[in-house]
Amino acid sequence: MASNANLVHGAHAHDEHEHHDSGPSTVLGFWIYLMTDCILFASAFAAYAVLFGNVNGGVSGKDIFELKYVLVETFALLFSSITYGFAMISAHKGNKSAVLGWLAVTFLFGATFIGMELNEFHHLIAEGHGPQTSAFLSSFFALVGLHGLHVTAGLVWMAVMMTEVVKTGLTSRSLTRLNCLSLFWHFLDIVWICVFTVVYLKGAM
Amino acid sequence: MLLGKLTLDAIPFHEPIIMGALSGAGLMGLVVFALITKFGKWGYLWKEWLTSVDHKKIGVMYIVVALIMLLRGFADAAMMRTQLALATNGHMGIFPPEHYDQIFTAHGVIMIIFMAMPFMTGLMNIVVPLQVGARDVAFPFLNSLSFWLLVSAVVLVNLSLGVGEFARTGWVAYPPLSELSYSPGVGVDYYIWALQISGIGTTLTAINFLVTIIKMRAPGLKLMQIPIFTWTCTWANVLIVASFPILTGVLAMLSLDRYLDFHFFTSEAGGNPMMYINLFWAWGHPEVYILVLPAFGIFSEVISTFSGKRLFGHTSMIIASGVISVLGFIVWLHHFFTMGSGADVNAFFGIATMIISVPTGVKLFNWLFTIYRGRLRFTTPVLWTLGFMVTFSIGGMTGVLLAVPGADFLLHNSLFLIAHFHNTIIGGAVFGYLAGFTFWFPKAFGFKLNEKIGKAAFWFWQSGFFFAFVPLYVLGFLGMTRRLNHTDNPAWDPWLYVALFGAVLVACGIACQLLQIVVSLRDRKKLVDETGDPWNGHTLEWSTSSPPPFYNFAVVPQVHDIDAFTDMKEKGIAYVAPAKYAPIHMPKNTSAGVYIGAFCTVFGFAMIWHIWWLAIVGFVGILASMLARAYDNDIDYYVQPEEIERIERQRLAKLGIDVERYDERDTGKSAARPSKAKTLEQV
Repeated sequence: MASNANLVHGAHAHDEHEHHDSGPSTVLGFWIYLMTDCILFASAFAAYAVLFGNVNGGVSGKDIFELKYVLVETFALLFSSITYGFAMISAHKGNKSAVLGWLAVTFLFGATFIGMELNEFHHLIAEGHGPQTSAFLSSFFALVGLHGLHVTAGLVWMAVMMTEVVKTGLTSRSLTRLNCLSLFWHFLDIVWICVFTVVYLKGAM
Repeated sequence: MLLGKLTLDAIPFHEPIIMGALSGAGLMGLVVFALITKFGKWGYLWKEWLTSVDHKKIGVMYIVVALIMLLRGFADAAMMRTQLALATNGHMGIFPPEHYDQIFTAHGVIMIIFMAMPFMTGLMNIVVPLQVGARDVAFPFLNSLSFWLLVSAVVLVNLSLGVGEFARTGWVAYPPLSELSYSPGVGVDYYIWALQISGIGTTLTAINFLVTIIKMRAPGLKLMQIPIFTWTCTWANVLIVASFPILTGVLAMLSLDRYLDFHFFTSEAGGNPMMYINLFWAWGHPEVYILVLPAFGIFSEVISTFSGKRLFGHTSMIIASGVISVLGFIVWLHHFFTMGSGADVNAFFGIATMIISVPTGVKLFNWLFTIYRGRLRFTTPVLWTLGFMVTFSIGGMTGVLLAVPGADFLLHNSLFLIAHFHNTIIGGAVFGYLAGFTFWFPKAFGFKLNEKIGKAAFWFWQSGFFFAFVPLYVLGFLGMTRRLNHTDNPAWDPWLYVALFGAVLVACGIACQLLQIVVSLRDRKKLVDETGDPWNGHTLEWSTSSPPPFYNFAVVPQVHDIDAFTDMKEKGIAYVAPAKYAPIHMPKNTSAGVYIGAFCTVFGFAMIWHIWWLAIVGFVGILASMLARAYDNDIDYYVQPEEIERIERQRLAKLGIDVERYDERDTGKSAARPSKAKTLEQV
């Protein structure tokens, strides 16, 4: 088993020289990946900043954003970050059932967030404010949707990780992966804070 | 419905030139297929190459793809030059505009994305892990996946030749022309998905190599002691990480416009085409430094090795590369001074552009000072380097000229611009890769390339370059713009003929290079390199055998100096075997990358032709193969000391070192001193 091989290998790894696919290398690689993702989001933000005034005679942010609704959504996501943190604390303690419990709670918060976002999109489109209407709405749907796609991917990943933890327990491999997902999840939280500020708060002003 | 937009009409039966090219390519494919089958090599190919996670083999495969795509891209170039030489004085030439537009678009896309990028990535794959004293890259499977993503994109681009069409927009695909209303065909979609898939592969490669360089260096190898080629690759990878996501983003936005009727770049509903141009070049300008920085690294290695001296100003070279990388990010607007950003903005970007010539000048002087008082050996890689120094300087100077916004208003989109960027990309990047190809070929294959034919190739390329592109500078001043299908100005004709002659010379250069490979393969016994160090090299890649064993180093080297291997040779410890070998942790080969790449091709093709069910199949296939790989527990193993010893003994025997003496080690000798080590080190 790879995880055992890793442990054995970790025991006699010589000093500072890293080997392929090792835990710390994976986490560093994941950090660099997150930076690329950050730039992808930056491009979407830049596009939104350029286009948000181009409403094509239609609705602007002020007309369609419901701040209270989005605030609830925001707190669902922020709480999910805290609960993920608890999952990681349990993971470091080696408490498998607590990890699974906290991951389940996190998953529910994340799913709530996505559900509310889909509901918001559905309403907008039903009222005739779809992304085809104006450049403002195009960039709005793309930016918020890009974040939503990431959260969805994170949820799928989380489900996969829960299965892994059930099946193999907290091996060094699953710990590394939980660690990466943790970075991903908190990163999406930070991006959402920017979305909330730049898109919703500024748009509702 | 079942096949989306795809019908039999998509295949251009009525175009004799395309059908000729297709049948030619098909015939060549059949011959290769038949030969592999005849010699029963499919199993070998699959086990040893296609599923390999060995960075050296992946590197070789990258370069094979790059050379094939060089031929395809050059065929496009030859067709363009022929068309322009014929289509004057009322003649229309051989290509109607709708076909000619695809040719120049394909030429640009192929040469940048599918020739230069894989060539650079291939050299980086072969050399970087060896230079930092690592046994493989940080994520060997990811490396294989990156390669197969590239292949997937290459397959899509070449499919466009026979099924449907390629974009007619120029390689930059500016909207609104690239939007659905003006480009309703599948050409732009081929462009989008090919670039998207290969771009993701490139990003993964950059992450992989950054982690390799940061985490997997041999003990003692300090950051500022890393060999210069690896350093320039590091900067290039930083640029990739920082710029390729912008390409991913801008292509995704264009896709949303084309597929879901969004309005990012349309000229209606508030869309802003100029934003595409900004975002595209925010990737596109760093991209040219991604191509050229590793080439600078190659020239540095070549010039220092063949001058028999340490590189002059190693630290300043690292800093200059860093400065170029940073400045490369704040000059993108010089690609569209004429768009109307105003004098102040244009002045900022113009000055920033000109400043790049300063760190580049630092490099040029460093190379000159390296040669100064050295004993330069005029080998083929050195010829490429000297040719580069002259050619690239001219390209740099015309670049500074174009950076003056006032001058640019006159020269924008003229052939002067075409001449300028070919001057820097061919004279800078391509010459560098060809130098690196000749320089590291013996490392990858164990025998040198024929010098005589290599030199002939250089002279054909060098003279061909000037014949092909100096006329383009002149034509630019005479007012000829790019992407013309036919012309009617008699004053331009002589220059167009000279440019065609230049293309013929370059064709001879390429032919020489192919001949060089064939002849060297025939004479491989005569050209063999037993030492692993054919050029008296300075860095760690030369300390192991040629080709290196799959684990690269039997013992991870200890580094004390910038020129680590020179240091080892001087201390007389270059060829000393250890008392005992330790087991080596290695990754196992995997076919997951091949499958994911294949599913990406299916997915891309289905998206291009709007075959939605097939797109779902492709996507699910990608996900399933990724999950299967993530839960594969059989991914690594240990090479046992006995096997290492067997391989190393063969190498030592080739070096003429008395292997039997190693058996004395049990009698108390910790490390035997090879008898011929001294003479070897003086070679």
